[in-house]
Order: sequence, then C-alpha cells, then structure tokens
Amino acid sequence: MSCSLVSPPLVKAKSLSCPNCGAPVTLRGFAHTLSAVCPNCLSVLDASSAEFQILQTFQGKERIQPKIPLGARGTFNGAVYEVIGFQERSVQSGDDFYSWDEYLLFNPYKRFRYLTEYLGHWNVVRVLSRLPEPARARGRAAARMDGHTYAAFDSMKAATSYVIGEFPWQVRRGDTALCEDYILPPYMLSAEQTDGEVTWSLGEYWPGSKIWQAFRLPGSPPDAQGIFANQPSPYQGKVGSAWRTWLWLNVALFALLIVFTFLKSNREVFRQDYVYAGKNSEAAFVTPTFEVSGGNKNLEVGAHADVDNDWIYLDFALINDETGQTFDFAREVSYYHDSDGTEGSRNNSVVIPSVPGGRYYLRIEPEMGPTAPSTRYEIFVRRDVPIYNYFWIAALLLLIPPALTTYRSLAFESRRWHESDYAPAVSSGGGDD
Amino acid sequence: MSAPAANCPNCGAPVKFRWSSAVQTTCEFCHSILVRTDVDLKKVGEVADLPADASPIQIGTEGVYQNKGFVVIGRIIYEYEQGGWNEWHVVYNDNTNGWLADAQLEYDVSWPATPPPQQQLPTTPPQRGATYVWDNKTYEVTSITKAHYKGVQGELPFEYWDKADVMFADLRSISGDFATIDYSENPPVLFLGRAVEFDDLHFKNLRLFEGWTS
Repeated sequence: MSCSLVSPPLVKAKSLSCPNCGAPVTLRGFAHTLSAVCPNCLSVLDASSAEFQILQTFQGKERIQPKIPLGARGTFNGAVYEVIGFQERSVQSGDDFYSWDEYLLFNPYKRFRYLTEYLGHWNVVRVLSRLPEPARARGRAAARMDGHTYAAFDSMKAATSYVIGEFPWQVRRGDTALCEDYILPPYMLSAEQTDGEVTWSLGEYWPGSKIWQAFRLPGSPPDAQGIFANQPSPYQGKVGSAWRTWLWLNVALFALLIVFTFLKSNREVFRQDYVYAGKNSEAAFVTPTFEVSGGNKNLEVGAHADVDNDWIYLDFALINDETGQTFDFAREVSYYHDSDGTEGSRNNSVVIPSVPGGRYYLRIEPEMGPTAPSTRYEIFVRRDVPIYNYFWIAALLLLIPPALTTYRSLAFESRRWHESDYAPAVSSGGGDD
Repeated sequence: MSAPAANCPNCGAPVKFRWSSAVQTTCEFCHSILVRTDVDLKKVGEVADLPADASPIQIGTEGVYQNKGFVVIGRIIYEYEQGGWNEWHVVYNDNTNGWLADAQLEYDVSWPATPPPQQQLPTTPPQRGATYVWDNKTYEVTSITKAHYKGVQGELPFEYWDKADVMFADLRSISGDFATIDYSENPPVLFLGRAVEFDDLHFKNLRLFEGWTS
C-alpha cells in the first residue's frame, strides 16, 4: 500500500514551450532538470519553476552538433543511460586554446554520469561521494584513494563555451570551474572547483569504438589523436613481464650451460714444465707424444708463464704423429704491474675447434726479450673443453626484447607527460610532433 | 511490526502506522499532519501539495542495507537554491529506524550518532574544509546548505511541521563515510552514515518513469 495521492507511482515526462521563441522544450530528466536549453533559439531556461524563465539568450552564431545526439541511449556496465545534456568546455591560457566535449548521462534510478571527449579520446566519468587525500609521489603532487596513488597531471580553468540539452544545476554559458586532473591510467581523478565547492569524479578511459558500440551509433568514431592523459599504455604491465621472462630464460640458459659443461669430457692430455734460459736456450723443441681421444672435438693448448713485468712469445705447431697433419698458432703471455694496477695475465690459451683423434706432439718455439731472466713456464693440453662464448652471446640477445619494451614504454610515457603541467623543462614550449 | 489503526480527526479516514514508534504521520486523504498523543491523533497542520519530484523512491519502497531489510515509511522534503533532496525515513526489520537521503540520485544512509560525539559540535555551521574525527574516522566539511522545509509525508520519528529554514553541514571521509550536522535543533544533532550506490540497496516497489523500464 502506498500514498499515491500526492506522489504518483508513474512519473511522466513534461514538455513546455520556450518563453523566448515558443518552440516546444521536452524535459528528459524529469524533475531533476533545473535548467534546459531551448533547442530552437538556444536560450538557457530555468526549469525549476513551472513558467520556464529565461536565464540567458544565445548571442553566438555557430551551432555545435554533438557527436552523440541528445536523447541517444547507451548501455554502460549493464545499465541504460540517456544523453540529456551537452557542453563544450574550453581553456584559454596565453596563446593556448583548446576545448573538450562533455555529455551528461541520465538514468532515472542511478546517479548521473558524464562522457568526455577530447580529440577522439573518451572517458566515462562518475561523481564520487568520497574525498581523495592529497599526497605526494615522486616529488610531485598526487591524490590517494582506495590505496592507489594518482599522479597530478594538469590543472586548468575551464569555461562552458556552448551548452544544449538540460542539466540538474543552473547552467550558463561562461560558467567557469577550476579543474585538476590526477592520473593512474586507465583512470583519472578530477577535482572540479566552483565557488569554493570541490566535486571529485573518477573517469575511466574508453576507446571511441566502445562508446560507438554502447550507443549503437552508425559509422565509426573519430580517430584518436596523440596520447591522452589517462590513456592506458600498450606497454602497461609488459615491461615487468618482459623482464620476468628474461630472468627465467637466463635461468634456463644457465641450466643449459651446466648440462653442456657436464657433457664435455674436459680431460687433460698433456702437462709439462719448461724453463726459458735466456738466449742460451734452444730455439725450438718438441714435446713427447700424447694421446688425443677420438672424434672431431676441440683441443685447448694453454700456457702459464711466471713472467713479471715481461712477456714470452710462444710459437706452436701441433703435429699428428701418424698423419703429419699440422696446426700452427702462437700465443703471447705478458704480465705487467705497477702502483696503478696490472695489465695482461700470466695465462693464455687457444682452442682449436676441430682436431681429429690420434697421437700428437707439440713443437714449441719460445721467445723473450734479449735481457729476459730465466723464466719458468708450463704448457698444458686439454681435450673437449667447454666454450662459453655462445652463452654470453645468447645472454646478450635475450636482453634485447625487455630492453626494447622498456624503451618503448618510456617513450610512450614521455609523450603522455609532454602534454602535462609537469612536462620535462627541455621539451616544454617546443613544437609537438 | 505493529500497525495500530486510528482515524484521522479531520476526515475520519483510517490511519495506519507501519512503525510503532512513529510520532507523526500525514493523512493520505486530506493531507492533515497528525501527531500521536497517548490517547488519539491530533491534527497540527496541513501539508501543501508535494512539489514535482523525480525520486525513484516512494513510501512503501523496500530495500536491503547490510543484510537488513528496510521499508520507507515517511519523508521530509528539502529545497535549496540549487535544487532539492528527500530525507526518506526508513524502518529496518529489527524495528530500528534511520534515514535514506536521495539528492539527485546520490544516496546516503544515516542514523543519529549514538552515543552523541564526545567532541562538542560547532554551535554554528563550520567552514567548508574543516575536519572532525568521529569513530576514528576523519570527516571533512564538503558543503553548508541553507534549506527550506518543503513538505512532509508519512511517518516520522518526531514532530516536524513548523520549521521553515534549516542549516545543514555535510561531511565526507576518504572511504565513503557520510555525516550531517543538523542545525534545526539546539544543540545541533549529528547523523553518521555512508554513501551508497543504488544497486547496493536492492530496491523493490520503486516508482516507474515514462519511457523507462526499471
């Protein structure tokens, strides 16, 4: 049972005529509408009283056709909303002039929503009944809400430059508000201040195609130009995952390296100490033969020399005792040190990639400076040693995808912040690309 | 829920109470404002026609807040220079009562603060931006409103029919808490509550709107 005498359960839309031009003005927002614009003469009318007083007549010449017509209905998060008001809001600061469009969305049960559009970038906005906290993040102003930090992006004084439809407040062309935007893509917190009263709202970035879908509009939405404040980065979350992938691939690479090391026999087949005894030494000598196991595998020939601020040059020939096949190569071992540090190393070696199995010996021709002291050196030969160069190259190649993603993400963010009040000083005032 | 029946002293129509503790109601037929005495109903005034109103809520609307069912049994209508709002008087299924504000489809539920706050309420409306702490929550004054009493309907927990101008201070917190200081009483009365979304209240028996399906 309800009191139906004074409060009819069915609320009817009302329609009146414009006191300025006589054209019919239909109200879509029922008694929520406090001001309405005559669609014919664009006078702003006071809709709170029965007799529609004129608040403002239209002096301009240019009429703006909203991209979404008044009366269009669209579905947002499962609820239907109707476009009942439209305003163009513009900002003039110095030589800078720009404007964006705002659509007022109405559902008779749910709170009003707004749609904003700037150069093809759309936001679905709802007013908040909570107060975000002022905060600081990375040395600049921010706002905190629900445990999230929104970075200050810009602030501006916006004026209503064009208005049609109806509004639940007393709207006028020329109304100004101080707007501050804080971003956490795809979200944007906005504080709008009029007469000292602050209204906070939360916008969510929507691509034009989703807006067109929600309203079932014909054709296609205008192309988005540039990067908008809270436009989600295509690299959002990808930088972290690229580095995580990199980490796992490195773990895999390391595991592979261990397996690879185990698969190599890495066996010493020869080791012998020698002494270089100055210019009295033999010019060249041969080592005893040693057995190199079968297959075409690598062979490392290395030297360790007790040189001290000196060098020794070793000319090698690896000779197959059975076939006479010869591999010629040379290595220098040089080691210098002083108070500034050290240079060179007492060790040096060479890896011959493919040496058939068989009996071998080395022919060695050492050479040192004419005043060199008697110097001990050691020669060793190892069969089938692991080589890690490919692993280093692989590790470097693995670095490319995450580095590239990081670079692209940073470039995107730099373009985003270029439009902000907090743009880096270097790029401010310059021409945009 | 007791529904003691009586007759309107003005027109004789039956008057039903949905809430046993109601102090005042309005006669649905002759718009008389009726105040309950120990014995019977006394006519203390008359309401004018209610203003055109687009609240989806009406007397008899049911809903659920924090798993407690409620029914709307009365309201006070306020008007100020920027529009108007409804304070719906609701009674919960445990026979407690509270308020549901509907200001341009923004909803807040609230109750008189119990016990009244330790911190003395400002005797005159505070400045916007001033902060207060109640129940360990920080509230900031978001608006000061001078409103005109525009009408009453249905059952109310107190006599309310001759007050014209009322000052209200609305406060909000970072996490959606809501408070109002009502300066119609001396000393002022504090109401504490929360901002709520339409969908969270699971309404039934709402009004219908031409051209819309609920």
